[in-house]
Amino acid sequence: MSLDASIRLTLGPLDLDMAITVEEGEVVALLGPNGAGKTTLLRAIAGLAPFSSGHVRLDGKVLEDSSTRQYVPTERRPIGFVFQDYLLFPHLTVQDNVAFGLRSRGVPRQVAAERASRWLDRVGLKDYSRARPAELSGGQRQRVALARALAPDPRLLLLDEPLAALDATTRADVRRDLKRHLESFEGIRLVVTHDPLEAVALADRLVVMENGHLVQTGTAADVTEHPRSQYVADLVGVNLLRGEAAHGSVKLASGQVVAAAGAELGAVFVVVHPRAVAVHRTHPEGSPRNVWSGRASSIELMGNRVRVRIDGAVPLVAEVTPAALRELNLVEGGEVWLSFKATDVGVYPA
Amino acid sequence: MRQERVPIVIVVPAAIGAAFFIVPLVGLIVRSPWGDAVTALSAPETFEALKLSLIASLSATAVAVVLGVPLAWVYARVAFPGRDLLRALTTLPMVLPPVVGGIALLLAFGRSGLLGAWLENTFGITLPFTTVGVVMAETFVAMPFLILTVEAGLRSMDRRYEEAARALGASRWRVFIRVTLPLIGPSLFAGAVLCWARALGEFGATITFAGNFPGVTQTMPLAVYLLLPQEASFILSLVLLLVSLVVLVGLKDRWLGSA
Amino acid sequence: MRNRVILVVAAILLAACGSTSGNASTSPSIGGTVSVFAAASLTAAFNALGTSFQRANSGVTVRFNFAGTPTLVTQIEQGAGADVFASADTANMAKLKGDGFAAGTPQVFARNKLEIVVAPGNPKGITGLADLAKPGVIYITEAPTVPAGKYALQALKMAGVTVTPKSLESDVKSVVGKIELGEADAGIVYTTDVTAAGSKVTGVPIPDADNVIAIYPIVAVKATTNAAAANAFIAYVLSAAGQAKLQSFGFLTAS
Repeated sequence: MSLDASIRLTLGPLDLDMAITVEEGEVVALLGPNGAGKTTLLRAIAGLAPFSSGHVRLDGKVLEDSSTRQYVPTERRPIGFVFQDYLLFPHLTVQDNVAFGLRSRGVPRQVAAERASRWLDRVGLKDYSRARPAELSGGQRQRVALARALAPDPRLLLLDEPLAALDATTRADVRRDLKRHLESFEGIRLVVTHDPLEAVALADRLVVMENGHLVQTGTAADVTEHPRSQYVADLVGVNLLRGEAAHGSVKLASGQVVAAAGAELGAVFVVVHPRAVAVHRTHPEGSPRNVWSGRASSIELMGNRVRVRIDGAVPLVAEVTPAALRELNLVEGGEVWLSFKATDVGVYPA
Repeated sequence: MRQERVPIVIVVPAAIGAAFFIVPLVGLIVRSPWGDAVTALSAPETFEALKLSLIASLSATAVAVVLGVPLAWVYARVAFPGRDLLRALTTLPMVLPPVVGGIALLLAFGRSGLLGAWLENTFGITLPFTTVGVVMAETFVAMPFLILTVEAGLRSMDRRYEEAARALGASRWRVFIRVTLPLIGPSLFAGAVLCWARALGEFGATITFAGNFPGVTQTMPLAVYLLLPQEASFILSLVLLLVSLVVLVGLKDRWLGSA
Repeated sequence: MRNRVILVVAAILLAACGSTSGNASTSPSIGGTVSVFAAASLTAAFNALGTSFQRANSGVTVRFNFAGTPTLVTQIEQGAGADVFASADTANMAKLKGDGFAAGTPQVFARNKLEIVVAPGNPKGITGLADLAKPGVIYITEAPTVPAGKYALQALKMAGVTVTPKSLESDVKSVVGKIELGEADAGIVYTTDVTAAGSKVTGVPIPDADNVIAIYPIVAVKATTNAAAANAFIAYVLSAAGQAKLQSFGFLTAS
């Protein structure tokens, strides 16, 4: 039992070409920057965005297939969709909103009302059943949207940036509740988000998307420890380089050679954590074999850490303490030397 | 609560605009022969005319809603070749002199008209000189108002609500009835009120197409015109005015699409 | 040289004679515009009168407003700029005069008779007033406030015919129009209207015994801004030439 979708479409400047599968029992987060095509992909799976070729199959049943021209209209797909803006019907009460999906599928009014009421209870909003959506706070509306999508017992749950519309303080609480509901949901779950924290918190597996294409997929640990794109590297906050590995060193595209421990061969990614990058004002003495000169192009104070972006033959971001920064007497534009140990370098196949 | 002062650049034209409407109405009230009011009002023709006006205008509005909402929907949602031309044609009655509209209706539905001849020969139905003819004439001139407002409402509504409804399993019909219509409610209501008001005051097309006979086709505007220059006609005009005023004031802001 | 003088003198004399053609005023003092509000049944005849009046008085422009007589009375009493009023009956003229809008005494300038108007060829075979009540005949007439409508009711009453019209139109032109379009089968209008419609309609005469004589008075409007031209036009209408023209359109003599 699973969702199997392969979709190719063009929408304005976006060229989408993605394949994704979600198995029963796992929560998958579709992660990527704005404009990557995540929402478009979700809508295409729901049948709300036409695609030029591909298919969508749920539990082995075809929902859409361009080669056989099959198309099951959105309203007949067993899906629940939570929209980014929730889109609660403003002219209906909270309870009627939650009951809408049931009523649409022919459930008698009384039964639908009872089931809706029970769902509202589950999300802690029983007292608000007669209220209008406009009277609710953002967090409350999110819960109603979730209840509304779950009430008809869908097979596939699609959530589009479920926490994006919330402010930082409510977000953490709502995220916890959402995780709980996702865990108790028995169908297939696909969440779209641009927030890596959210992705890691809610999902078992991450699918990373950029510019309409798949970049990386794996568990949170896989992805964060072995980023395969600048986007993920930036999200995780590590330095990422690419090159050819041979005998304990990696030759970068720029020609520089990085000493790395490990026996990898061929095209590889190289990861260096900013904390492992040491910053010097003069050429350092001693053991590190990875030493390059450069210019501190930007210095950012982030709480109790300082991020120094160094441009040069091997451009990297280094992380130092504020005290170290003072000692170095470093200012933006200043000349520096950076170094890191071969043992601090992570290498894995590209 | 502190209210910001309205700029004079706005107050002056607004006041002139209001006066432009109020002064003629005051003139009508002042010059009406109130002494003859009771006679004028209790005449059976007056009651007949008012009753007919209300029945016909409400019927015309109903027809306009049944035919106009789907048409507005097509204009707003379906792109097809010639749409702009079709929309212009169905808006034409707004700018056409009503008498010309009446002539056009005769040429189409009159006894020798394109469709009228067939109707008479096949079913024995004649439309001129009937109450149905009055409703047709009023619908012809008033429906464009409804179409225009409803189309605007459909275009400006957030269509994602319709997607949300579909994702919840609602059939397209259910989406239309339960989501789209309620969301464009204010526009639909405003359109219907405008349509009704226009239908109520219609004269030229009615007298040309449907003719004028008390109880059958003599609506209030016709009764007033034919009673002229007797000042009793002013009284009748005021009755029409009063009926409209009661309805419009009773609706307050609701028909202007407030939240 | 003398021949030329004779020619010039002759030309001047001829011009002087020519300018006294008809009884149209040659007084060079009239000019400007004269607005004539006339009953709808006078349309064709008065348009022709206006043309010849203008030809004889090059400084004057005649503007017409044709409508049902009661409508004209309303307009004049509410201040419309009329100089001359020609009514299709004495009752409306009396109202105008009684309300103080007439200058001087109205004078009758024409009379008219009623006639039944039907589609060309008389497809429904109408022979007289009684046939108007035949089943299958759509009969329309003018509203009773319009002179023609009032006359029609009188005629029907005198002939002992009861018939319910399908519509009460605002003037004779509308009745003729609907007969021409084929919307109605028969109507009662003036003989002049039947004449004016030419081959587009057929007329069925009403015997004099059942007929009603319509009386048309004319008067200058009190609030006129061009009394000279107004009176000149009225004089022309009443003149032999004017009367001849009216009769050429089918109107009966003024007395």
